[in-house]
Amino acid sequence: MSNPEQQSPDNMQDPHLILRIISKFLIPFIALFAFYVQFHGDFGPGGGFQAGVILAASVILYALIFGLDAAKKAFPPSWIRIGMTIGVLLYGGTGVLAWILGGEFLNYSVLAHDAAHGQHYGILAIELGVLTTVATVMVAIFYAFGSRQPDLQNEDW
Amino acid sequence: MSSLMSSGLMSSGAVLPTMILDIGLMAMLVVVAFAIVRMRSLFGIVMLQGVYSLLCAAWFVSLDAVDVAFTEAAVGAGVSTVLMLAAMLLADRQSNPVPVSKQIAPLLVVVVAGMAMFFAIGDMPAYGDVNSAANTYVGMDYIARTAEEIHIPNVVTAVLGSYRGYDTFGETVVIFAAGLGVLLLLGLNGNAGHWQATPNGQRISAASAPAADAQEVAETPSKSAVKAKPKPRPKPKPKTIYKAAPQAKVSKKAKNKTGGE
Amino acid sequence: MSIIFEQYNYAIVIILMMTGLYVVFASRNLIKKLVGLSIFQTSVFLLYITIGKVSGGQPPIIVESHGADHASLEPVLVAAANAKDAVAHAASKSDVLYSNPLPHVLILTAIVVGVATLAIGLALVVRIRETYGTIEEDEIEALDYQYNLEGTAD
Repeated sequence: MSNPEQQSPDNMQDPHLILRIISKFLIPFIALFAFYVQFHGDFGPGGGFQAGVILAASVILYALIFGLDAAKKAFPPSWIRIGMTIGVLLYGGTGVLAWILGGEFLNYSVLAHDAAHGQHYGILAIELGVLTTVATVMVAIFYAFGSRQPDLQNEDW
Repeated sequence: MSSLMSSGLMSSGAVLPTMILDIGLMAMLVVVAFAIVRMRSLFGIVMLQGVYSLLCAAWFVSLDAVDVAFTEAAVGAGVSTVLMLAAMLLADRQSNPVPVSKQIAPLLVVVVAGMAMFFAIGDMPAYGDVNSAANTYVGMDYIARTAEEIHIPNVVTAVLGSYRGYDTFGETVVIFAAGLGVLLLLGLNGNAGHWQATPNGQRISAASAPAADAQEVAETPSKSAVKAKPKPRPKPKPKTIYKAAPQAKVSKKAKNKTGGE
Repeated sequence: MSIIFEQYNYAIVIILMMTGLYVVFASRNLIKKLVGLSIFQTSVFLLYITIGKVSGGQPPIIVESHGADHASLEPVLVAAANAKDAVAHAASKSDVLYSNPLPHVLILTAIVVGVATLAIGLALVVRIRETYGTIEEDEIEALDYQYNLEGTAD
């Protein structure tokens, strides 16, 4: 995935100039769109799964265009270990919180005074958990595949 | 059943264009699937798989499943294509042709299973049937209860997060476990399996089958087995234990050997 | 006859399913096998979603206003849904037809789990390639066979 000869700064006349500039412009919007999908998921199509994949796609696009090393600076691998677990714990923790507050596991109605508001908060929390897990797992899988050294040479195509 | 269909036709005048769209998408799906069967270049196969996912997403929109279409477009056409390309980069570029004699049995199995399923079609509800068993009880109940109890417009999110929260929790854990599995197999820095330890002077490492001349063996497995090669298997060097010989070198070696004989 | 007019979706789904199954059975290349598996998987998704389709229905996003706090969102929702039907049904609220949301929920999670398991499969393929030097099934079998014979000879 990472192409070392294209990462060198002196190689200015690379054939991917347009790709680089356009993607540099697009990647923030892709990430923003992921959060729109996340927080607008209650009202339109979307939710944690889609938002997580879109957020991971922005990191993957960055890695494809600028190389894996640059992507690992922007989205450090240490975030992955933390994010994967935080997401699952956030989901489970919401359930346990509902449990402690007197409801059943994952019954969000007890999270607020009004049952419907409790449901809103609960869904928001678990969607955040799903977002964190999905996004970090997708990035982790891409990093794992991308940083493996290939046996094949490019002439084998 | 036909009366139901006609009532559906009357209630919304937009059935015919939808049907044409459906049939067009179905035809493209079948064409792409058959092209994948015929194709041997792995790059082409992976790309066509992305096309297939995108066509599926388009059909999901037509089937009112906007959330599913969204996910399929992002996951199927986006991430899984990238993953397959990355794996292909590490694995191979071409798939070997399968001899026709090896294709007959799978074809037979598939045709028989497909015929059996075709006979079962008659028991399925009609396409778009409002009163089918699948569409009357629990699904519609979720719509009614979401409006009363949860007060968010997107029923899919409500069912996903609240009514079926256990289910989604399980799915999240599955994704977590899958990510963990990939990290165990490949490593976050791509170096899993590239290790060895020597307790008591005995090397423990990734046990590897001999990276010997694959093609010669593939041609005549029984012959070379009977011959019981005089040359003992070369001891795997530390470098070659996890890294197999490149394909080109293997074929050259095999060619030399056959030429010598 | 009813298959042609009312149940043609199942026929197409079965054809796609069997195509995917054939790729899994017949091809010897592990990556092609995984692609076949994902075709099979996607056709199962299609089966579920077509069962949940209601003709003349809308996506399961509730159109009616359900409280003052979300009233400003309603134009967006109306525009997102089938506009003509929404306007027509705005007067008589209870008349709106929605497609069944339950299959959507099941398939939504299945898609994401599917890509996670696909990643596991691809990781296994990569490790097999590094150990055996090939991802063709019959060559791997031949190597295993040879390895076993030599192991007993020693």
